[in-house]
Amino acid sequence: MLDKIGIAKRIAQELHDNTYVNLGIGIPTLVANYVPKGISVEFQSENGILGMGAFPLSGEEDADLINAGKQTITALDGAVYFDSATSFAMIRGKHVQLTVLGAMEVSENGDIANWKIPGRMVKGMGGAMDLVASAENIIVAMMHTNKKGDSKMLKQCSLPLTGVACVKKIVTNLAVLEVMPQGGFKLLERAPGVSVQEIMDATQGSLLVDGDIPEMDLK
Amino acid sequence: MINKVVSNVQEALEGVEDNMTLMLGGFGLCGIPENSIAELVKKGIKNLTCISNNAGVDDFGLGLLLHKRQIKKMISSYVGENDEFERQMLSGELEVDLIPQGSLAERCRAGGAGIPAFFTPAGYGTEVAEGKEIRDFNGKPHILEHALTADFAIVKAWKGDAAGNLIFKATAKNFNPMMAMAGTITIAEVEELVPAGALNPNEIHTPGIFVQRIFQGERFEKRIEQRTVRS
Repeated sequence: MLDKIGIAKRIAQELHDNTYVNLGIGIPTLVANYVPKGISVEFQSENGILGMGAFPLSGEEDADLINAGKQTITALDGAVYFDSATSFAMIRGKHVQLTVLGAMEVSENGDIANWKIPGRMVKGMGGAMDLVASAENIIVAMMHTNKKGDSKMLKQCSLPLTGVACVKKIVTNLAVLEVMPQGGFKLLERAPGVSVQEIMDATQGSLLVDGDIPEMDLK
Repeated sequence: MINKVVSNVQEALEGVEDNMTLMLGGFGLCGIPENSIAELVKKGIKNLTCISNNAGVDDFGLGLLLHKRQIKKMISSYVGENDEFERQMLSGELEVDLIPQGSLAERCRAGGAGIPAFFTPAGYGTEVAEGKEIRDFNGKPHILEHALTADFAIVKAWKGDAAGNLIFKATAKNFNPMMAMAGTITIAEVEELVPAGALNPNEIHTPGIFVQRIFQGERFEKRIEQRTVRS
């Protein structure tokens, strides 16, 4: 089974050279710490920076330089600042090649719910709806089940949707899955020490298990 | 050159009254017009509709206005940092329109740019699309969104000159430029107010034509919401 860092490390393996990437708050933000050696990726943050760097050293925090999660960050060489309309022009205009974000629920046809639990938690969607409606490539980082052990990989989302038929790939603490064009999850990889049966038991939506399923390789 | 300078925050906020719609710049606590917010709290102006990406935290930013029950309605994209906000919203005391951040930004820009409405894919298939016209473009459904304007837009900039031209710093820029365009009257609060001619025209972010009043803020706390460092 993977922890948050393991999920982030596995997603980092999906990064392609010379691409612009948007990382959502939570687990996705950790992906920036595991960019594979030798590839060039530039991170865009929806609040108006391209070329986002790591957290600053203590004493060098700048109140005017934060990421989408309101955390203090630094800017790399070649970075640029811009306003929110320009930021979402980059996102909606498909200039950002990959979006990584978290989810509460994903359905077998690629719907995603990650912004509201009616009557309990209504934090708002932020940039998530823009991101999922426009991104060419979306990877979701999430736990496979909730704290009670119920599956979050469903036939149909029960929570208010963030986007429809948009998720392509999901990395959970148990597995890597993809959403097939015709609908249905397909199991691609198992997390270290996790069996196919465990994954099947944790997946409520339809799950295609075709042949031998390899274990994730997290050097 | 048309002089936009006013002496202080009191003069800057003259004419802001109960029941008005305000736009306030900022992302989280970054780039918020702190001095203007403090003055609004002091003046006790109420029944406000506030258009702002976030609602501050419980004891800073718009949270201060929420705490005093001065806001009737919020139009925002994310309010997660503010427990009082969530409480007022869930209890029905506060009316809230949660709208996608990109649509919020573009609606403000459109409001300032004379574009009454536009189509966007964001929110299609979700409750954001309810009651709105849907049209297909390039085989993909889009929602019709309308422009946003405000009686007053209150923005925060790093530097500004007497003509109202503004320069923003780093990620404190965010919603400020578009809101500056969309306010019927735009008030700019700056850290450094300089004479016309001091700013390089090549480096100005927001032209002074969009700004009606500019003043130097007396004090900026510039609170950091999440101080994160690396070892």
